[in-house]
Amino acid sequence: MRNPGYWIFHYGLLALFVVFALFPLFWLFKVSITPNDLLYSEGVRIWPSRMSFDHYGAVLRHSDFPLFFRNSVIVSTLTAFFSTIFAAAGGYAFSRFTFGGKLWIVGLLLVTQMFPLVMIVAPIFRLLAPLGLTNSLTGLVIVYTAFNVPFAVFLMQSFFDGIPKELEEAAMMDGASRFQALLQIIFPLTLPGIAATLGFVFTAAWSELLFALMLNSSTAASTFPVGLLAFVSKFSVDFGQMMAAGVLALIPVCVFFFFIQRYLVQGLTAGAVKG
Amino acid sequence: MASIDIAAVRKSYGATPVLRGIDLTIANGEFVVLVGPSGCGKSTLLRLIAGLELIDKGEIRIGGRRVNDLPPKDRDLAMVFQSYALYPHMSVRDNMSYALRLRKTPKEKIAAALKGASAKLGLDALIERKPRALSGGQRQRVAMGRAIVRDPQAFLFDEPLSNLDARLREQMRFEIKKLHRDLGATSVYVTHDQIEAMTMADRIVAMNEGVIQQVGSPSDLYDNPANLFVAGFIGSPAMNFLQARTVAGPGGMSVTVGQAEIAKVPPATPTGPVVLGLRPERITLTAPGQGAQAAVDLVEPTGLGMIVHLDLDGQQLKTFTTERLPLKAGERVGLMVPPGSFCLFAPGTGERLAG
Ligand SMILES: Nc1ncnc2c1ncn2[C@@H]1O[C@H](COP(=O)(O)OP(=O)(O)O)[C@@H](O)[C@H]1O
Ligand SMILES: [Mg+2]
Repeated sequence: MRNPGYWIFHYGLLALFVVFALFPLFWLFKVSITPNDLLYSEGVRIWPSRMSFDHYGAVLRHSDFPLFFRNSVIVSTLTAFFSTIFAAAGGYAFSRFTFGGKLWIVGLLLVTQMFPLVMIVAPIFRLLAPLGLTNSLTGLVIVYTAFNVPFAVFLMQSFFDGIPKELEEAAMMDGASRFQALLQIIFPLTLPGIAATLGFVFTAAWSELLFALMLNSSTAASTFPVGLLAFVSKFSVDFGQMMAAGVLALIPVCVFFFFIQRYLVQGLTAGAVKG
Repeated sequence: MASIDIAAVRKSYGATPVLRGIDLTIANGEFVVLVGPSGCGKSTLLRLIAGLELIDKGEIRIGGRRVNDLPPKDRDLAMVFQSYALYPHMSVRDNMSYALRLRKTPKEKIAAALKGASAKLGLDALIERKPRALSGGQRQRVAMGRAIVRDPQAFLFDEPLSNLDARLREQMRFEIKKLHRDLGATSVYVTHDQIEAMTMADRIVAMNEGVIQQVGSPSDLYDNPANLFVAGFIGSPAMNFLQARTVAGPGGMSVTVGQAEIAKVPPATPTGPVVLGLRPERITLTAPGQGAQAAVDLVEPTGLGMIVHLDLDGQQLKTFTTERLPLKAGERVGLMVPPGSFCLFAPGTGERLAG
């Protein structure tokens, strides 16, 4: 047993961290429900004297936000889907096979992660424009997928590495082809890894601003981070609506993680080999 | 059931040769144990038979059919892994029936096979459990069950008992042996434990550094080891090796350690330095003055008997006796070696010398 002072300190620090991490979210919500007339007069109060959901109504009915929102859902979902498929295939190959040039490919994947994105926005624009992939959601999905795959591959590889090779060897001895073993034995055990990769890529795509801003200028093909900027006009910033839009944008991410969290926490491989 | 023929098989990983030419025929229904120190290539040989690794050179036939290029799934062999490799997301039932389901075996047949196997292994009560809810011994049984429901051409075992504690290991040794007696299936069993090899094998294949050192029945290897490696590897406590000479004397040829004559050898034996191999339990201790003279170094009681460490002309040797002798360190004793209960080896090559 440790003394109570230790635990007070322990939980005190944790509480401090949680407050620090969640305060911006709280502020986001607080501002989103503060009526405009109180925004500046009660700006630093912890809770406004009057609440209203007018900002939400305005955002949903009188702005392009629902469109941005839809675009973001499409782009992020497709990016997560394709990145995870490629990453699963690549991660499996890196984990299980030895082949010529493996080291080079790993090196190249790492190199792609080294450049600041700003450096390559212009070349990418030049590449996509003649193909008609600027001002298009397809273009964004392709670019996001390309940039997320390397890290996702390493992520998936580490999950495959965690699954004993003997499991698929046992399956092959039992009469499965390598592909059947992958599908029936390895895949169910990789669900936590797949969930983690999906979640990681989804959030990365969901909050990406630079490419979304530079490649797509039309409203029809804008995603919500770009849309948020629309609340900043030359003369004022509509904080209330901006925050309301921000709160709405959190919803899909929360829903997404709600569905995958059960795979994230599962230690499915327990008991495969000697425990 | 099928025989397995291995001819001139070689395997390297990169530049490192792991198997340097293996020839071995395993008869239909035979229980063959591959034994050798860790890293000698036993698992590699087993995995080549299984098809989990590809052969560099040579040929493997199962039931007369060349399988060099067949993937594991088409070889119809069952394998029990050291780690058991149970499918963690499947119940015991599904683990055991996976192979049959892959083969699209009719449901009634699967049920019957499962029933037979789980009864044989005492798994009836565990059939719905997931592997993580099983003890080590139970997992081991499920791994066995997964193999026996199938009625394969042959069973391959890769150190299946080394994750169990000593008592359980002894019991499973016995059960595997009994299963083999009942099923009569061709089995190749890999272990680094010479006791497992001695107790289970119809035939032992002793390997070292990618080369087969000797093939024979357990008593063959014990009584007539082909070389120093086999002599030293098989048996516990291990055989004593003494620097000795063969000399011609008035009474004929004999082998001596220092000044002491240990035993007579056949007249045809060439004279010169030899390595004398003595099994600890075949040395008889006598009163000082009889036989070769030695000093007691240390006495280790084992319950069953005692291991007496001796100093014979500056060389260490162990003897084992089931008598409880009141021996103390420093005491002098005599030792005698009955005729025919020793081996001579060539000092350079380690090969067995006749005699
Ligand atoms: N996949 C591999 N790649 C490289 N070397 C290997 C591989 N598998 C085994 N080896 C080497 O081959 C030798 C024999 O291994 P193995 O057959 O597993 O020995 P054991 O007799 O202990 O089962 C060892 O030196 C091991 O390091
Ligand atoms: Mg091994």
